[in-house]
Amino acid sequence: MSWVNAVIHGILLGGVYALLATGLSLMFGVMRIINLAHGSLALIGAYSAYELKVHAGMSPYVALVVIIPGALVVGYVLQRTLLERSLRAGPLVPLLTTFGLLIIIGNLLLKIFSPDVHSLDPGAIGSKSWRISSELSIPAFDVLILGVAIVVLGGLQLLLTRTRIGRELRATAADPDTAELVGIDSRTVYARATAIAVATAALAGVFFGMRSTFDPASGPTQLIYAFEAVVIGGLGSLWGTLFGGIVLGVAQTVGAQVDPSYFALFGHLVFLVVLVARALLEAGTLGLPARLRIPGRAAT
Amino acid sequence: MRVHRWTPPSLFFTGSLSAIVIALFFVPLVMTDSVMQKLTSLFILVILAMMWNALAGYGGLVSVGQQAFIGIGAYGTIFLGHVHTVAPFLAMLLAALIAGAIAVVVAPILLQLRGGAFAIGTWVVAEIFAIVVALDHKLGAGTGTSFIELNYYSPHQRQQYIYWAALGTAAVLLLALFLLLRSRLGASLQAIRDDEEAAASVGVRVMTGKAILFVLAGLGCGAAGALILANQLFIEPSGIFSVDYSALMIFMVLVGGLGTFDGPIIGGIVLYVIQQQLGDNGVWYFVLLGAVAIAFALLLPRGLMGTIQDRLGLRLMPVGYRLGKKA
Amino acid sequence: MSLLAVESLDASHGLVSAVRGVSLEIAEGETLALVGANGAGKTTLLRTIAGAHRAGAGRVVFAGEDVTRVPPYTRVKLGIALVPEGRRLFGELTVEENLRLAGDNGRKGPWNVEAVLQAFPLLQPLRRARAANLSGGEQQAAAIGRALMSNPRLLLLDEVSLGLAPTAVDDVYRSLERLIEGGTTVLIVEQDLGRAMRVADRLACMLEGRIVLEGRPDELSRERVTEAYFGLHAGTAPGPA
Repeated sequence: MSWVNAVIHGILLGGVYALLATGLSLMFGVMRIINLAHGSLALIGAYSAYELKVHAGMSPYVALVVIIPGALVVGYVLQRTLLERSLRAGPLVPLLTTFGLLIIIGNLLLKIFSPDVHSLDPGAIGSKSWRISSELSIPAFDVLILGVAIVVLGGLQLLLTRTRIGRELRATAADPDTAELVGIDSRTVYARATAIAVATAALAGVFFGMRSTFDPASGPTQLIYAFEAVVIGGLGSLWGTLFGGIVLGVAQTVGAQVDPSYFALFGHLVFLVVLVARALLEAGTLGLPARLRIPGRAAT
Repeated sequence: MRVHRWTPPSLFFTGSLSAIVIALFFVPLVMTDSVMQKLTSLFILVILAMMWNALAGYGGLVSVGQQAFIGIGAYGTIFLGHVHTVAPFLAMLLAALIAGAIAVVVAPILLQLRGGAFAIGTWVVAEIFAIVVALDHKLGAGTGTSFIELNYYSPHQRQQYIYWAALGTAAVLLLALFLLLRSRLGASLQAIRDDEEAAASVGVRVMTGKAILFVLAGLGCGAAGALILANQLFIEPSGIFSVDYSALMIFMVLVGGLGTFDGPIIGGIVLYVIQQQLGDNGVWYFVLLGAVAIAFALLLPRGLMGTIQDRLGLRLMPVGYRLGKKA
Repeated sequence: MSLLAVESLDASHGLVSAVRGVSLEIAEGETLALVGANGAGKTTLLRTIAGAHRAGAGRVVFAGEDVTRVPPYTRVKLGIALVPEGRRLFGELTVEENLRLAGDNGRKGPWNVEAVLQAFPLLQPLRRARAANLSGGEQQAAAIGRALMSNPRLLLLDEVSLGLAPTAVDDVYRSLERLIEGGTTVLIVEQDLGRAMRVADRLACMLEGRIVLEGRPDELSRERVTEAYFGLHAGTAPGPA
């Protein structure tokens, strides 16, 4: 494996992280909630696809047809029941309740599915790759994931800028008080945002499951990576999430190139460096509310 | 009108608590090793709860990464006691101090973050330490290691010393928190919690206040980690650096009462009782903890002691002020 | 029957009482001007009528229906629209998007984007401009237009002249006068006594959360209103009541 290979693979890995992080970024941008259960929800997507394979013989791609609508409903209900109340209860409470959810989901998955690893079958595309040189080979499936990530981000972008739902999302994110004064029910808007977030998480989970193995403990790990991608790219910026995912992916694969056990470590260190650099440059604005931006703007 | 710090109920409670702590010191002389070990576990839980409460309840900092310092305390003890043959209990003390020192280094970075970003930031720090430790073969790498230096003592002696170390640590931290909250820092922390911007505008050093809490929590969790190692003798990275410890801490503090002084103690006792009934490792144990924590967060946000405080107007520890009539 | 009836309304900000036992009525087609010094409670009253602020006691009755506990977005569909203090446009959205937002969530009626742009010609070239980029006068026009997009029966305006150049205020009031001629019921909070008295059918003056004076502009002299404004009326000294 050469360094160029590592970097290319890192960029492609960025697609996975971007897909995973999209929902996290959306929920933060609209509601200022960091959903600690995000990775766990993605994992439920993967396990659902697994179950649909075992009990209904569906391929993961077909399973998505069932999973995505289901995830939309789950997200909507989650917001209207748990998260809405958490938001009202105080700024720290959503963190505590989503953390509780993370613990519950992880352990329930452990009970139902045991600690064994599973994976999903990507089909023919899973074994295809393009050989560019003796040292560089590009897996087609990873390119597909990157493509899906870009399509999802682009679709979300269009939703935000061209549709009524998107308008209402942006307005409520910016000023929920005034949004209600022009007739918008903010609870419905938030529920739609969470529905979309959970749906993208489930989608990401299924693709993640096709790309690598997963087990009940994968939820928290993927949450951390998704969060790192969001922070590196800039809290509240959608396309920044793609950028952040790519930076993280490259850091990780380069680390693995140095030594396989340095994979996650390099990612974490780059995350910290970006954090410190941003803090020094922007004098402590990190983590303060960042508005959901129209494409291209950096979050400040 | 006179401003009182002590009220009759708080005098009674503080007196009782001190009496209980003193009485507990004599337990090893009369009780079995099994009782001592159980109480030691309880003291460790109370320490963890106190520290998490210090961060979240007094500083508004929700951390899901305190396991970083638990692990540093435990592995620091191994590093000093096993690799460098420092006397076991001295190693534990030094390891706690090392954890505090690392908290000093990490604080300026992490405190740039707010809310959920801070939370996950602490988790990332914990993961970093878990990875670094797991790569070190002298520390036993991924398979874990034992604190065999403690075998120098007889089992009974060992249990006694660990018991006293745990009780002593809990008492010292309790006292430290008490003094902290009654000091000027305590008042400024209350101000920070109420309204950070307003507090900063009247000159409260917001960052310093939070940093002090963060370092104290790091030190306390480090001590707890060293005690956990001593109490269970064997640790491995994925266990001692596990986010499950954060789950336990959040549960104890939410149930006991976020931001109250006595809440963590009650929360620790509640968790301890649950652990004795359900065992502390199963799936349903954690599902229960998670569900109860969520229920408390949404339905009884002030926790048990907080609600009692509110309903009865009672403050068991004299860390606030009361307006009185006597001159 | 009056379109809006406020009955013994109380509203507070935490422990501080902002509206104390306020009662007033507005008939359909009427224009009521609410004047008073800063901190008198006018904005809180308006926000409570619109539903953005929670009432402590008392009732808000709109078109015969008790809406005191009804959320603001439902009140919009019933026909109440507020132009908030400070305009509160959605800065990152365009003028047109701001208008469409309200239009999508309001009542059916004659007002739509084209009608608003006709009523406020200065907005026509600014259709696709980011709302945050507009001048004060342009933002005020857009904010009023946005409220109109919900086709309200009752239009609440909070300090539309604040922070605007005099010529801009003139423009705003000209549009306002056309609206009033068209039959819209208006409750306007205004610091400028002169303008308030010129545009209103009735005037009410608030002081420290209460209504201390009410009447028709031709019945009230400037002096009487000024006295009430500052609480100089015989027996009503400023201070805790």
